[in-house]
Amino acid sequence: MALKQSTRIDAARIRADFPIFDELVNGKPLAFLDSAVSAHKPRFVLEALEEFYEHSYGNVGRGVYALAERANEAYEQAREKVREFVNARSPREIVFTRNTTEGINLVAYAWGLDNLGPGDVVLTTELEHHSNFVPWQEVARRTGATFKAIPVSGEGELELDALDQLGRDGNVKLVAVTAVSNSLGTIVPVEKLIRFAHDQGAIAVIDAAQAVPHRVVDVQALGCDFLAFSGHKMCGPSGVGVLYGRSELLERMSPFNTGGGMIRRVSVEKTTWAELPHKFEAGTPPVAEAVALGAAVDYLSGIGLEAIAAHEHELTAYALERLEGQPGLTLYGPPLERRAGIVSFNLEGIHPHDVAQILDAEGVCVRAGHHCNQPLMRRLGVSATSRASFYLYSLPEEVDRLVAGLERAREIFS
Amino acid sequence: MSADDLYRELILDHYKSPRHRGRLDPADACAEGQNPLCGDELTVTLRFGADGETIEEIAFEGQGCAISQAAASMLSEEVVGRNASEVAAIDKDDSPLVAMMIESGTPLTPIRLKCALLGLGVLKVALHKSVGTQLPEEWKGVEEVEFE
Repeated sequence: MALKQSTRIDAARIRADFPIFDELVNGKPLAFLDSAVSAHKPRFVLEALEEFYEHSYGNVGRGVYALAERANEAYEQAREKVREFVNARSPREIVFTRNTTEGINLVAYAWGLDNLGPGDVVLTTELEHHSNFVPWQEVARRTGATFKAIPVSGEGELELDALDQLGRDGNVKLVAVTAVSNSLGTIVPVEKLIRFAHDQGAIAVIDAAQAVPHRVVDVQALGCDFLAFSGHKMCGPSGVGVLYGRSELLERMSPFNTGGGMIRRVSVEKTTWAELPHKFEAGTPPVAEAVALGAAVDYLSGIGLEAIAAHEHELTAYALERLEGQPGLTLYGPPLERRAGIVSFNLEGIHPHDVAQILDAEGVCVRAGHHCNQPLMRRLGVSATSRASFYLYSLPEEVDRLVAGLERAREIFS
Repeated sequence: MSADDLYRELILDHYKSPRHRGRLDPADACAEGQNPLCGDELTVTLRFGADGETIEEIAFEGQGCAISQAAASMLSEEVVGRNASEVAAIDKDDSPLVAMMIESGTPLTPIRLKCALLGLGVLKVALHKSVGTQLPEEWKGVEEVEFE
């Protein structure tokens, strides 16, 4: 990896780092416009995974032999890389999870069950992915707390005027909100919601699955209490995610999963927990995946998050411009200046699944469906959309191929 | 006898004949801790002098690997007669066994370092509980989550 940080990136060159782009799909080169669901992996990350398994593999927190030492060091080094990446104060605040969903469930159960009760309000939004919606609904049901969701406008932006009334009604104990909408690309003003949460004496939980891979996220600058994201959306392997939590809260919380690796001492009478962050990492963690996630952090940092965000912004502008004039096409979501690299749309009279299948025949990958956003889809008055999303390796030619594919879809259905 | 042998001898000597071994009763401060990796356990008890902050007597008891027990023994010799806040500020690398191994050119690996620092850790917890010195970061939150 010899990429230097710069304000502009050369996506065509970056693409050469990703072996998947050598593949032909349906006899066509790949136009991959679905990075919001999961990103592809550069050779640098794949090699780190292989290198670790071939030379340093061992379990962590158990053995004392040299291989165990190597594995432990690599695992903790990955944690330190992640800490630096999101600017947490200490590696004790970085818990390795399976994915964003598990990180949010960890907070919902380990914090929620002990801190919520009847009369308390758990506040989320209609914009949320189900992973930052259903766990709160469920923990509210179990604790007798009230579950509320901030409404969204027809453009897919939060109606923050609702906060005044919510504040007057009081008893808000937790605010859970996404930093970037996974289906519309809406950039949410999370700072405002974090401030609102803290004014209410509530904690703030941020779903950063669509933010951390694409833009600079600084947990100290945000001041959030918890923030979760996934490795697989940021060029890392599947099976590993991260939960950032303020140590003052993590220290006071009960564990989520219990068992091996998270204890200090166990007896019939009494069990005590390991120190942070191991208290929250029961069982053998995704060791190699975490190490490879560390490599993904190195890779992304080498290119620079500002440059990646700028590149995606340019592509989004281009995509909106190309799509806007298309006959029968409806675009969803906020204006360009408040939108990340995600574009959702529908073609009149053609179901998104059919659109996606026709595009697939052209080698163009888009997501079709409700995007795990059913409350939002209901608000927009649709059951599904097609969604194109961009990343550091995306090219304007892929947008052109998308537009050509949509023309083909219209021909077929005309 | 090589330098390595000398260090090994010293560690084994402290392991087999630990100094300041046992439990003081009554004591001014007490704490116990474990290293979950190898199951090392240590309990420290201590008494202060008339000024309420100079460590006059100290005793460790417990079980575990040679490194954990020898490190506690060497530490006990080092801290008698010293002020609580001074002891609470001892850096990891300055605890006697760890410092000795750094000097030897074969420092402890990160995993064994945890064994070697258990004694210093529980001592700092005891001082925190009795005279309010700072709790080492890695021990924060450990006490509160016990259940009986």
